[in-house]
Amino acid sequence: MSTMTKPPEAPGPSTPARMMRARQFSRLWLLLSIGAIVMVSLVRVITDANGLTSTGTIRAAMIATCPILMAGIGGLWSERAGVVNIGLEGQMILGTWGAGYFTYFYGPWIGILGAALLGAVGGLLHALATVTFGVDHIVSGVAINIIGLGASKFLAEAYFKDLEGGGIKQLTGLDTPTRITVPGLSDAATSIAGHHWFVVSDVASFVAALTTSVSAYTVLAAILVVASAWILWRTSFGLRLRSCGENPAATESLGVNVYLYKYAAVTTSGALAGLGGGYLALVSSSGFTTGQTNGRGYIGLAAMIFGNWRPGGTTAGALLFGYTDSLQLRDSSSVHALLLVVAIGLLAVAVLRLVQKKTVAAGALALIGAAFLLWYLTTDEVPREFAGMTPYVATLLVLALAAQRLRMPAADGMRYRRGQSI
Amino acid sequence: MTAPTASKATDVAVLTEGVGKRFPGVVANHDVDISIRAGTVHALIGENGAGKSTLMKILYGVQKPDDGSVTINGEQVSFGSPTDAIAHGIGMVFQHFMLADNLTVMENVVLGAERLHGIGDGARQVLEDLSSKYGFGIEPDALVEDLGVGDRQRVEILKVLYRGAKIIILDEPTAVLVPQEVDALFANLRGLRDEGHTILFISHKLDEVLDIADDITVMRRGTTVGEAKPDAITKHELAELMVGSELPSPATEESTVTDVVQLSLADVTLTNERGRDLLADISFDIHRGEVLGIAGVEGNGQAELVETVMGMRKPTRGRIRMGEEDMTSWSTRKRRESGIGYIPEDRQRHGLLLDSPLWENRILGHQTREPSVRGPWIAKGPARDDTDRIVKAYDVRTPSIDTPSRALSGGNQQKLIVGREMSGEPVLLIASHPTRGVDVGAQAAIWEHIKKARRTGLAVLLISADLDELIGLSDRIEVILRGRLVGEFDPQDVTPQALGSAMTGGGAEVAS
Amino acid sequence: MTLLRRIGTALLAPVGAIVVAMIITSVVISASGSSAGDFWSIIFSQPSSRAIVNIINQTSLIYISALAAAIGFRMNLFNIGVEGQYTLASYVAATLAGAAVFSGILNIVIPLIVAVLVGAAWAGIAGLLKVTRGVSEVISTIMLNAIAVTLVGYLLNKYGVHEGNGVRSKVIDAGSQLKGWYFFDRPDGPVWTLSVLAIFLGVGFWVLLNKTRFGFDLRATGMSQSAAIASGVNVKKMVIVSMLLSGGIAGLIWMPSFYGSGHSYGTAFQAGLGFTGIAVALLGRNQPVGIVFGAALFAFLNEQSNRLTLETDISVNVVQITQGTIVLAVVVAYEVVRRLTAQREQRNVAQKLDAQGPRETEEVTA
Repeated sequence: MSTMTKPPEAPGPSTPARMMRARQFSRLWLLLSIGAIVMVSLVRVITDANGLTSTGTIRAAMIATCPILMAGIGGLWSERAGVVNIGLEGQMILGTWGAGYFTYFYGPWIGILGAALLGAVGGLLHALATVTFGVDHIVSGVAINIIGLGASKFLAEAYFKDLEGGGIKQLTGLDTPTRITVPGLSDAATSIAGHHWFVVSDVASFVAALTTSVSAYTVLAAILVVASAWILWRTSFGLRLRSCGENPAATESLGVNVYLYKYAAVTTSGALAGLGGGYLALVSSSGFTTGQTNGRGYIGLAAMIFGNWRPGGTTAGALLFGYTDSLQLRDSSSVHALLLVVAIGLLAVAVLRLVQKKTVAAGALALIGAAFLLWYLTTDEVPREFAGMTPYVATLLVLALAAQRLRMPAADGMRYRRGQSI
Repeated sequence: MTAPTASKATDVAVLTEGVGKRFPGVVANHDVDISIRAGTVHALIGENGAGKSTLMKILYGVQKPDDGSVTINGEQVSFGSPTDAIAHGIGMVFQHFMLADNLTVMENVVLGAERLHGIGDGARQVLEDLSSKYGFGIEPDALVEDLGVGDRQRVEILKVLYRGAKIIILDEPTAVLVPQEVDALFANLRGLRDEGHTILFISHKLDEVLDIADDITVMRRGTTVGEAKPDAITKHELAELMVGSELPSPATEESTVTDVVQLSLADVTLTNERGRDLLADISFDIHRGEVLGIAGVEGNGQAELVETVMGMRKPTRGRIRMGEEDMTSWSTRKRRESGIGYIPEDRQRHGLLLDSPLWENRILGHQTREPSVRGPWIAKGPARDDTDRIVKAYDVRTPSIDTPSRALSGGNQQKLIVGREMSGEPVLLIASHPTRGVDVGAQAAIWEHIKKARRTGLAVLLISADLDELIGLSDRIEVILRGRLVGEFDPQDVTPQALGSAMTGGGAEVAS
Repeated sequence: MTLLRRIGTALLAPVGAIVVAMIITSVVISASGSSAGDFWSIIFSQPSSRAIVNIINQTSLIYISALAAAIGFRMNLFNIGVEGQYTLASYVAATLAGAAVFSGILNIVIPLIVAVLVGAAWAGIAGLLKVTRGVSEVISTIMLNAIAVTLVGYLLNKYGVHEGNGVRSKVIDAGSQLKGWYFFDRPDGPVWTLSVLAIFLGVGFWVLLNKTRFGFDLRATGMSQSAAIASGVNVKKMVIVSMLLSGGIAGLIWMPSFYGSGHSYGTAFQAGLGFTGIAVALLGRNQPVGIVFGAALFAFLNEQSNRLTLETDISVNVVQITQGTIVLAVVVAYEVVRRLTAQREQRNVAQKLDAQGPRETEEVTA
């Protein structure tokens, strides 16, 4: 090799391989989404299960997605800074109570802030235990889940018992955040959706769901996701935060206060989980109930892992979980039709793998796809519970098949002690 | 050797006078005097443990000196943290890269210095300018994990340059590079020097030092022992200065080497996931009653060799035989059961359960053998008795055998491990630095135990950085360099120059 | 260190944690406008005979659950899935026993074995995924929990006996029921026969961990995986085996209650013991004796707090805050004590070395 080290092609314009890759990546996603819509639409037409993409289903899916998504994005903040946050569930539970209490006395907007505040307290506790005291992240998370559940029950009994619409386990009849309907577009889309045309009506259903009586809280959730992605990947604050999760020793060697960033990340994480809990109390249902989260904090964590510790992926994971969650509550024929969707999807991926000459994977996928097809053809109904299991089984499968390819922050879950690096 | 060349003129970038640093029980640096002229490449050489790293940490503000003074560009300084050092224009390139693999080059570089040029196109522009000015050819948006070792090192240098450092410390920068990459690095360093940077280059490779340095300072046993100009000193003189002029006289006792082969390696090769050979075609035999010493600068494959023999790594190629049997596919436990004793290099990580009492540590590695166990049961009584025996025989200083091993001093921990691994009459001992950190008396005792066992037929694979130990114990010395055995020596007539130059890649001078 | 001092150090953390938890609980109660004094006087009042029986029974269940979690923890494995493992195992065993395929004592022994096998198999999935695919057992066991609970819900709904609003498995024959011992009057209820399982398992756990080669390997792996590997331990095998053991023990958690008073899987099933067990295992430092105290403390708090509803306006749920705080405080306290001890040891060593005079120079990496 010459003394001038590298071939001279390198110092080119500033948009090389990585941006190209990013662009190809988003085009791939676009193609995948279009493919998915066409496929689902096809299945809907074949099976006549209009519930698959009805406006109602999509709206329900959206509502089911938001809490999971906010918890997942919360998890993203924390884990990007290197702290595993299993306490999302507990922080979310605290959020449900905060939303209930503050909405009752000060209205829904302060209620939303209250949800974030209570969640942030849970996050702060987690940061104190894991960052300052170096406690194992999982252990601290488990304890916070116990405390969160206990505290919400206790606080509900202590403060809601004598309120109007309140009881020892619930607080109902709360004001809800404003609902937004886009005039014109909403009606048009709803009417097109009603015709059940191939693809067109399916897209119209989406548009209708997104323009009709959308809670401002949903809009807030969407904004928070985009804002989180922007802060974490486009600001110097985000860069420092992420480097704490990748290589805290290197970060500290450059004069960054690692503890401070970890505290900020974990507290924000709790606040977002709390907001997810608040959504459950104010939008998903008509008030606070104890045990309302029902494991959604864990699902949020799963969505984040499913999404490979990235905002886009986390959103996709949350959508998948939210969709299956909502479908099982609606009608069983749609769930049955979903089997066909899964079968076709698996077979399509199997073909893709075969083209890539990965015969073993292709064979396995084809086999599972065939099993789903057989299941679809030989039955008329799928037990609701099985649809409820989907997110969990999907997560397990994704982990089992792709754990090696998932890329978690390099120092995620590790104890870090200041000044022991260099 | 010449007198110090640079006087206390204004062109001295870094000056240390009488710098000393002590840690509990250890004097890491004392009376360190170095004068580095601005705009030069200054090499600091010395063996492992000569105190180079401590000095470098003092210069970068990681450690505070206990004595002496540090002067930067004529101003006496006292750094509380690396931030202070950075503010004085000092940058440091660590041997173990401080990079986040999953971030881009630009993200790694601007981290902590976002105020300078932001994190967007402004920063990218500065980075590209720097990269092209010094011919680094680094792509700002590449992920660090996709880069090779040489490029990663250039990223580290870019980090330093980006912060405007004029004095750059490189800690053993060539340790991880292949020769071509070393050439490229040197070209980069000369470019930096010509632009007016001062470079402190820490190394123990003589050829490289003679190639790149304008001035050379030698350290030994915690202090500076001499200065030299590369064109006024030979490699042999430098090696002698580095190692010390006196070599121990080899043991005069009778050879106990038999002609029965106990351990035999044939073409053992170990390749890492990046396709680099950590071990390449290693072949040797150790006979019963023979000690084979492996000499070499640390990080040249010694640890990998030991772990491969112990079955903790599976060789990519080659066979390992234990006596008559092929043990290439055996588990670590089966190897131990067949009579291998193992004194690991890192005793705290690989040799002890720090929170367990001594008698339980006696069982570690002997979980399937008498007297520690009886069938599936732990035999507490016999294990304790045997621990008592070891404590007495090896003079382990401990209040009791119920003391957790963490509470023992390093030397006593080591004596316990040696005693344990020598019990049960092993036929083969793998000893990595068996007396490192052990006081002189205990060292002699450990050597005596090994010699005694050798007389009764023990075969020993000895890895050590201590030439006294290697020459005093070994029947034969092999030198390992970049995963290859590059020279064989007879301890009876080896010279420090020959050993030193083989270890540092100065051409294999095979003695008979 | 003298024995007394060692005991002192060992107790420092849990006692400190309990004190902190008591303070926090008092603050929470006072802040909500109730009297912390009332709370503690009820908690520390003399339990009734009936309460004592309940405490003993609950202690045994919690104890088994904590053992299941502890066996994983001792190896640095986080089996968060105890909950799912015992839910599934309890359902299968109860259904099998209810089907009366066997009779008498066989209808006890065989379902118990099946419970162990089912629990072990469910945990084994997580172990297998970890060893072969590198999936973190924390996430996989959480997923398996949810799947187990949903699966049991489905199976029970489909094959169970529907009664009013509820659904349950078939009630077992009187011949297979094991009431237990009536230490007090009959209305106070029995201490369940199978509570002794907790004692057997505790002793077995202690013997296995401290007296056997296997236990030594397991502890060594938990303390230092690198040292364990160097000593010849096959860590992958250990992961699988300890997950199986952990799940197997988890399978038994609810069995004393099932044979003693529930007799069918349905509303009688007590959920949530898996998570309680994790907390108690942490509290008892994964030691069989420590866990006894932890389990008794939790059972005691649960039982005594039942009186709160009748006698005060304080929610029984405050006890959960106390319990959660104890767990968090105790792990923090252990960590603090560990750091202090390590510092003290370092100082001691330094003093000894200084007394001997400085040795040869050596490289020191901070």
